[in-house]
Amino acid sequence: MDLDTLDIARWQFAITTVYHFLFVPITIGLSAIVAGYQTAWVRTGHEQWLRLTRFFGRLFLINLAIGVVTGIVQEFQFGMNWSDYSRFVGDVFGAPLAIEGLLAFFLESTFVGLWIFGWDRLPPRLHLATIWLVHVGTVLSAYFILAANSWMQHPVGYRYDAVTGRAELTDIVAVLTNRVQLVTFPHTLLAAYMTAGAFVVGVALWQLSAGRSRPGADRSEDRGMFRSAARVGAVVLVVAGAGVALSGDLQGKVMTEVQPMKMAAAEALYDTEQPAAFSLVTVGSLDGSEELWSLRVPHLLSYLATGDLDGEVRGIDDLRAEYEQTYGTDPGAAYYSPGDYTPVVPVTYWSFRLMIGLGVAGVAGGLAVLWATRRGRAPSSRRWVWLGVALPLMPLLANSFGWVFTEMGRQPWAVFGLMTTERAVSPSVSPTEALVSLLALTGVYAVLAVVEVRLLLHYVARGADPHVEPRLRDDEHDPERPLAVAY
Amino acid sequence: MELTTVWFALIAVLWIGYFCLEGFDFGVGMLLPVLGRSEAERRVLLNTVGPVWDGNAVWVLVAGGATFAAFPEWYATLFSGFYLPLLMILVALIVRGLAFEYRAKVDDDRWRARWDVALVVGSFVPALLWGVAFANILHGVPLDADSEYAGGLLTLLHPYALLGGVTTLLLFLTHGAVFLALKTDGPVRRDARGLASGLGTAAAIAAVAFLSWTQRDTGDLASAVLFLGAAVALVLGVLAVGVGREGWAFVGTFAAIALAVAGLFAALFPDVMPTTLADGTGLTTTNAAATSYTLGVMTVVAAVFTPVVLAYQGWTYWVFRQRISVHHIPAAGRVPEPQR
Repeated sequence: MDLDTLDIARWQFAITTVYHFLFVPITIGLSAIVAGYQTAWVRTGHEQWLRLTRFFGRLFLINLAIGVVTGIVQEFQFGMNWSDYSRFVGDVFGAPLAIEGLLAFFLESTFVGLWIFGWDRLPPRLHLATIWLVHVGTVLSAYFILAANSWMQHPVGYRYDAVTGRAELTDIVAVLTNRVQLVTFPHTLLAAYMTAGAFVVGVALWQLSAGRSRPGADRSEDRGMFRSAARVGAVVLVVAGAGVALSGDLQGKVMTEVQPMKMAAAEALYDTEQPAAFSLVTVGSLDGSEELWSLRVPHLLSYLATGDLDGEVRGIDDLRAEYEQTYGTDPGAAYYSPGDYTPVVPVTYWSFRLMIGLGVAGVAGGLAVLWATRRGRAPSSRRWVWLGVALPLMPLLANSFGWVFTEMGRQPWAVFGLMTTERAVSPSVSPTEALVSLLALTGVYAVLAVVEVRLLLHYVARGADPHVEPRLRDDEHDPERPLAVAY
Repeated sequence: MELTTVWFALIAVLWIGYFCLEGFDFGVGMLLPVLGRSEAERRVLLNTVGPVWDGNAVWVLVAGGATFAAFPEWYATLFSGFYLPLLMILVALIVRGLAFEYRAKVDDDRWRARWDVALVVGSFVPALLWGVAFANILHGVPLDADSEYAGGLLTLLHPYALLGGVTTLLLFLTHGAVFLALKTDGPVRRDARGLASGLGTAAAIAAVAFLSWTQRDTGDLASAVLFLGAAVALVLGVLAVGVGREGWAFVGTFAAIALAVAGLFAALFPDVMPTTLADGTGLTTTNAAATSYTLGVMTVVAAVFTPVVLAYQGWTYWVFRQRISVHHIPAAGRVPEPQR
């Protein structure tokens, strides 16, 4: 097999990033839902909210741990595998990354320690504030890292310095309010809430339809509690899902303006059309250049891309000719590689559809759960277990396909219009080194996935612990009392 | 002062924060099988750092991010050059972090034993390799005319670098033992004190050798003063733990690590990554730096938020200031092993 460092580095980035982002949305969304449960407990004193806080809190922590440790790789692999990228963009791209660390990572990791171990050390309201601060940390983190990514999709607030041969920051506000960022951030954040909502619904459904109650527990009380959990999760899923659709629609229009090739590749649209139809599925050649059969919705692509039912959508062939004019010739030869400006169309075409399809299916599942739990009902048939298993996977995989689409749709660029991916890779890293890294990280990640899933299933099956009222420590009078939470 | 100098100093501060805080986490991790003879004692050790290790670990992420933003060339050359050692550190940090979080999640001896191995190895590898890496930065490595790393893995292994690794390893072991003496009670505390004296003596010998070597090769007046301060702080810290003054001992090892790292950065300045090749281009605070606009933006952000971070991290240590002994360890969660 003839692999060069570039291919290996791309695979590593894809694998480690998609893997990391399985945990990120659950961390973002579930921290908010757990904080919501704990708020309900602090305000009402109703013990079911505390039990749910602890139950979902533990699942949240199991998930968070992998998100945190795989995030370490993300911070360093730009320098390790993409050193020329780092040299070229560090002045612009490094700033949001560093700010993310200082504002978000410290907040998240410090307050999560306070939340885990603080049950018997902090007064209830202060303890509640710690989990909300964890959530704030996750949202800030999302903001800055998405600002960095948005800059790669649509570079703004910089100038190209021919002497140093790098992009240099001229306007940090422009980078942080990039128009791509302003639609990407809500889209991604809402997708995270959607994912966590689906996760909560899935777990609650499992408890309702297959869970056995713990010895001594009141089965009907637990059913009532998990019915509430299912409804909270379903509401979050459906409302956030609607927001994901709206923000995604806005995102498509911005994308058509700043990266028209990505929109053309999303539809495998080779020739410019006006009006343009959207194909739900196509049977034909893999790259969509020849089709045997397709199911098409007339005018829909025009609407998605331009907001106008009769809008013109430019095709891949036209755009490629234009890109060759703009980027294909000198003087920018140092950073522009002439040639094929077409992304890998089968990947963009199908990942775009899978993203949308799985998202819509997730919302439909959420609506079904709301219907099944209406007016005091709770599903108990074993058939619901399957929805419980499938539902969390839908938005989870939709997230992955969304990232695959947006990153593959940007190719061949690392930074759109400025730097191709092939020029971004580290020149000093040998294919052997890169392969060792890819295999080591993939191997470790695979083992961790097995461990994580087993742990999660174990704690899901175990159900919620009985209610225990938190009690503040009084070390002067009771110095030997065991810790409320200990590793 | 020039912004590039400010950022060189700020990155030094981030590494100082990382080594002073995560240093004792590494030490506690490595001492787990030594000082934790029973399961309850091992859990005492883990719970001294349980609430804080994650916040401590973030210092290195911010150091990395800040280097990316302030000195992109340094970030690019360092991490692509020290590729395999850094990969080992990353894998170690991954398994070690999960060991903290997952070890207590299943009540099963084999499960715990595996995570114990992960914790010990995952603490040992970075404690050793960070020292090797810093020694290599100071020593200089082959960087070609484009400042690309031109050596291999073995280039990084020479006596000076290995001495650097042994020094950080022993310093973190000592720091961890002193921390445990300060944060525990009962037999663990007694044993930690005894161990801290012995480890501290070894660490002092290694540190004096490594810092003198550094001073001879690249030192200046500032680094000499800082290294001397580090040596004095370490000796006083070790003496203090010998007479049972654990708080002062911790101040001593903390200050020793801080002053030693500060001295290393002083000895490095104004280089950030010197080259050993005659026709190579080494990196300095000037030719590796970001633009003054970026550095200015980052300075404002750092000036506002660093004190906030220090305040809430400091508060965390105050909240969890209680000494922990086996009395405080609740019975294991009676969690049956997951069904296969």
